[in-house]
Amino acid sequence: MRKTGKLIVPTLALTVLSPHAAVAHLVTSGLGPFYDGALHLAISPEDLLGLIAVTLLAGLCGSRASRLTVFVLPLAWLAAGLVGLILPVTIYLPWLSILSFLVMGVLVAANPKFHPNTIAALAGILGVIHGLFNGSALAAIGAGPMALAGIGVTLFVIALLVSALVVSLRASWTRIAVRVAGSWIAAVGMLMFGWLVKGTG
Amino acid sequence: MKIKASSLKLCNPVHLCVFFLMLVWPLVAWAHVESGQAGGFVSGLSHPVSGLDHVLAMIAVGLWGAQLGSPAMWLLPVAFPMMMAFGGMLGLIGIPVPGIEVGIAVSGIVLGALILGETKMPIIGALLVVGFFAIFHGHAHGTELEAGQNAMLYSLGFVICTGTLHAIGIAMGLVHRWPSGRLVLRVAGSLVMAGGLFFLWSALA
Repeated sequence: MRKTGKLIVPTLALTVLSPHAAVAHLVTSGLGPFYDGALHLAISPEDLLGLIAVTLLAGLCGSRASRLTVFVLPLAWLAAGLVGLILPVTIYLPWLSILSFLVMGVLVAANPKFHPNTIAALAGILGVIHGLFNGSALAAIGAGPMALAGIGVTLFVIALLVSALVVSLRASWTRIAVRVAGSWIAAVGMLMFGWLVKGTG
Repeated sequence: MKIKASSLKLCNPVHLCVFFLMLVWPLVAWAHVESGQAGGFVSGLSHPVSGLDHVLAMIAVGLWGAQLGSPAMWLLPVAFPMMMAFGGMLGLIGIPVPGIEVGIAVSGIVLGALILGETKMPIIGALLVVGFFAIFHGHAHGTELEAGQNAMLYSLGFVICTGTLHAIGIAMGLVHRWPSGRLVLRVAGSLVMAGGLFFLWSALA
């Protein structure tokens, strides 16, 4: 025991004298672009509204539709984002971006009984549209796949939380509140179309 | 569990006076950006409540919905923001709607009269009435974005505030379940109607 105690001091001294680079910070870890991407969704209402609308729709259509959406949406978003990263031109069609969340908002408000595969297909289409625009925009500013990975992880978490919340709703008024939220998203989409035509959006 | 006297020192009158003096003597907070994107959201939020004619109509939609009961109570607040946004879009793309101010004033009169008379109506009819008047409100207010602000956040704030006014109307309208509440609701309808008449007078004068 005493021998072990004697060894502790030189071991500690040796450890202190031979430090390695601390990689806990973004500058040294290389995770800065990842967090840039993760934050991107929070400050991009166009992407966020589409994401929320499709996950609300999936939640209203049940747990199977939600499970499919939670995986299909990020995968489609990431795949299209990677394509956007390697494309030589910047692609951004604001009317398509607005149309995507406007249609999703209308569907949430109307609350149709879609098959889970249909919901997954809709989520895939939305993911491809927004992912392509995201990837293309990231390529234009010199950001790489790490930023895209940040976007993918964040949208997976948001999709998971929102759809799980909606699936768990039982009281009728809570499901109607979800439909009201969908009508608000659709209303924002309609106004945005107006702004786009006017040249302000 | 006893509370020590020392822990109640904040109740000292002198301390309380200093505390309230600090509360009523705020300095300007420079921590927030009051223009640009954040300003766009706040502008959108505050816009619907900036005119009493709009506030009356939006609360009246909630009141009438509560009076009609489910499903109208929920469907009317779904329809109004969408049709209002449609009206706003018409305004933005340059399609004129005649008699905007008159339409807004008449919405107060009609919705007030419907609440006053406890008028029952098929859900399609109620949606058509509310949707028709929502176009006037959207056309008048949806287009007033200040320069340099974010249109998306303005629209979000605008729609959220409108929906909140409906929710306030529905919450107030829940008094309908009591006999005296029904009377109160009808009186509220008469006030909305009187407000609408006043705004119609102002629009035509």
